[in-house]
Amino acid sequence: MKNAVGREIPEAVLAATGKDIFRGTFAQEGREYKKAAPTVRACMDPTRSKLIASIHDALVACGIKDGMTLSFHHHFRDGDYVLNMVMEEVRQMGIKDITICASSMGKANDPIVPMIEEGVVTGIQSSGVRGKIGEAISAGKLKNLAIMRSHGGRVRAIESGEVHIDIAFIGAPTSDEYGNLRAVGGKSDCGVLSYAMSDAQYADKVVAVTDCLVPSPNLPASISQVDVDYVVVVDAIGNPAKIATGAAKPTTDMRKLLMADYCTQFVINTPWFKDGFSYQTGVGGASIASTLSLGKIMKERGIKMKFGVGGIAGPMCQLLEDGLIETLVDTQDFDVAAIDSIKTNPRHFEISASEYANPFNKGAYVNQLDFVILAALEVDVHFNCNVVVGSDGVITGAQGGHPDTAAGAKCTIVIVPLLQGRIPAICSEVTAVTTPGETVDVVITDYGIAINPARKDLLEAMKDVNLPFCTIEELRDKAYAITGAPDPVRFEDHAVGIIEARDGTVMDVVYQVKPYQF
Amino acid sequence: MIHPNKKRLRRSMMFLNAQKPSLIKDPYVYGVDSIMLDLEDAVAENQKDSARFSLYHALKEIDYHGIERVVRINGLDTPHWKEDIRVCVAGGCDAIRIAKTESAKDVQIVEEHVLAAEREFGRPEGSTLLMAALESCRGVLNALEICESSDRLFGIALSGGDYTKDLQTHITGTGIELAGARQHMIMAARAAGVQCFDTVFTNLDDMEAFEKEVEMIKLMGFDGKSLVNPRQIAVVHRIFTPTPKEIIFAEKVVREIDEKKAQGIGVFTVDGKMIDIAFYDGAKRTIELAKASGVYEGDL
Amino acid sequence: MEILKAAMAGTLESSDAQVTVEPGNQDIELSIESSVINQFGRQIRTAVLETLDRLGVTAAKVTVVDKGALDCTLKARVECAVYRANGITENFPWGGDIR
Repeated sequence: MKNAVGREIPEAVLAATGKDIFRGTFAQEGREYKKAAPTVRACMDPTRSKLIASIHDALVACGIKDGMTLSFHHHFRDGDYVLNMVMEEVRQMGIKDITICASSMGKANDPIVPMIEEGVVTGIQSSGVRGKIGEAISAGKLKNLAIMRSHGGRVRAIESGEVHIDIAFIGAPTSDEYGNLRAVGGKSDCGVLSYAMSDAQYADKVVAVTDCLVPSPNLPASISQVDVDYVVVVDAIGNPAKIATGAAKPTTDMRKLLMADYCTQFVINTPWFKDGFSYQTGVGGASIASTLSLGKIMKERGIKMKFGVGGIAGPMCQLLEDGLIETLVDTQDFDVAAIDSIKTNPRHFEISASEYANPFNKGAYVNQLDFVILAALEVDVHFNCNVVVGSDGVITGAQGGHPDTAAGAKCTIVIVPLLQGRIPAICSEVTAVTTPGETVDVVITDYGIAINPARKDLLEAMKDVNLPFCTIEELRDKAYAITGAPDPVRFEDHAVGIIEARDGTVMDVVYQVKPYQF
Repeated sequence: MIHPNKKRLRRSMMFLNAQKPSLIKDPYVYGVDSIMLDLEDAVAENQKDSARFSLYHALKEIDYHGIERVVRINGLDTPHWKEDIRVCVAGGCDAIRIAKTESAKDVQIVEEHVLAAEREFGRPEGSTLLMAALESCRGVLNALEICESSDRLFGIALSGGDYTKDLQTHITGTGIELAGARQHMIMAARAAGVQCFDTVFTNLDDMEAFEKEVEMIKLMGFDGKSLVNPRQIAVVHRIFTPTPKEIIFAEKVVREIDEKKAQGIGVFTVDGKMIDIAFYDGAKRTIELAKASGVYEGDL
Repeated sequence: MEILKAAMAGTLESSDAQVTVEPGNQDIELSIESSVINQFGRQIRTAVLETLDRLGVTAAKVTVVDKGALDCTLKARVECAVYRANGITENFPWGGDIR
């Protein structure tokens, strides 16, 4: 069946997943449903300790068995040790057929690949995967369909019971012995634990893994003791050097600066750039440069941002410090400056992933965004974006909050250089759709800027603005004139994963890549 | 006949290593006036051949969207320059920058070979323009004869690094070591009616000093500057592009002079400033520069 | 044109290609490795073979390691490698065999 972004979704995939096709970004507005609930084991005995000697003992105590779903968060980013540590123990216990439900997985999790090959891991549900895991899935090695979910979509899936977590392992920079978990302090400070909050509330068993046990009560806690079954102390939960990087030097790449300048000029010429606007941006060189130049203009014009959302990096914290932003609501910290800010600035708040982006709660922050600045691997002439599958067909990225913020924001801006080597970023059809074009308003490239023709208001607002506007088709044609029109990637018939829309329907299907033959 | 592009706008002339595919594929996105594809210093001695193949196909196949394509060839004291000229002309470059020019003779030698190449490759005779880089004390002292050496020559450029070595000093950042050469070259260029371009500024971390230098050379009379990084382009264009105020004043001057001349009045005031016919060419130039820079909206 | 000795041109930088030619037996033995092979393998192969054909190279072992080079770069690298392999250093046929 063809879905609302024109993608053919095979019946077999719908049958295997029990899902419907994507029928439009707001097709499920107002939907009513009953939330799922975990099975809870009461803890009444005041002499019972939650401290447990090892990951192994925790797995045994939680009743680990074949076919279970284990969940993890990715706040330690490329410095994460927890997922690999737990899965290695699972493997040594001879357990099979585990589904990993992670908020995201990165290159740090490459050691999972042999477990996929051995059948220890047969399911992966994640925002995305990079590195060798992506290659393994795209080579057809994972037994079940991988599910790529947005950050908001993951919370929806957990809360609605679409995915049931048997055991959640929550790496926590600090914990007390009763399981009050904080993201700050300790050796592996990551600022916030936003992505683990729904796991703590909806998993049957919750195991805190920490390398810094602190006296009770560990407050204010990101995750409360009432949701935690066991606490394991290990030597190290992560590599601090890779969890939070130092402040990135502002980019000096003129191409990025050029796009940043276009972006800033675009933003300030929209009707929403006025006192009290809201904004989310990424951590790419162009996004950061644009945030910095936007800050200058805000200062000049006396315009303040009411709130900034999302994954946070130093430049947004600087604007908060400078009084140009009133409030930051934060789900992830990308650098040391962001972690310092959440610890010290009273207007910098940790929020849950549900508060951030869940489409099935009673209203997430993304719905209140004026602007979101995003990146993409590919954008097609229908403005559909792909942030998960590389142009070579191999899974190599993550949805993150891309479709969530695009759906919520009044003005969704995608910044992408027209060419990555020979690969055109603007193309006729994206390799896989992650974010539907109806939610993407403008694409900014180094060669020109295309406004979604559905956004008549933006076209009108930019009528007299001196920026290099053109159509999205013209951008594609410029790219193809330079690179040649790319041949479509050849896939096998075997589906290896789905791109899930934020409402739980099927946005697209990812197939096994066929080895190239002349 | 004077080549129509001899006087074109050349505020920014950016060097690019002709051997680097990622650099030469689309420099027009930065809005630079001219690119200078380099076969000389940027290319290692054992890659001179490779750079020429790369250059040839770039000139032939890449659409540079109307920006001027200058090629810097290797000096006459090297074994490379003759083949450099052949590939430049065969590829149809707009102009050749002659490195280490010492005398009018140097330009004329290059001109002879360019003409031969134009004949060999069926290019229109005279279509390839020349510019001369002055990199030594002798070259700078011979500026006037170099400026007057060829109809093809549209301008001269200072090459500060080599020049200061010859002078037995170095780039200080104050400009003191370049002051004489700059003054001398701009006078020679103006006397001969060709353009004059300043040397590169290589400290990319000090954009403030760069900006000051550009402001200074603009006031000295230079037409533009050789650049090493696209980040420098916007600064140069901002400083070299007439401001709306300057454009409006220039328009008034031109209109008033046209009008008053008809009435037989020689001296009068515009916005409280004494104006006479001597202001005419300058005002015209401001309007031409505004037009070439794409900021002129009037009808003069 | 005859391939007299092994020669190489180009680099492994992004947007470039490294081309090696070696003396061959009867025909062109071409191997291509590319970071963009799934989308541009066919076009890379065509560009390389057409260039070799124009240069009259009929017997050679040719290895291309491509990092996303455009056709104009691929041609330049193949030509440079072939001329180096033939020992020619000047008076190149610009606009003739090289085009």
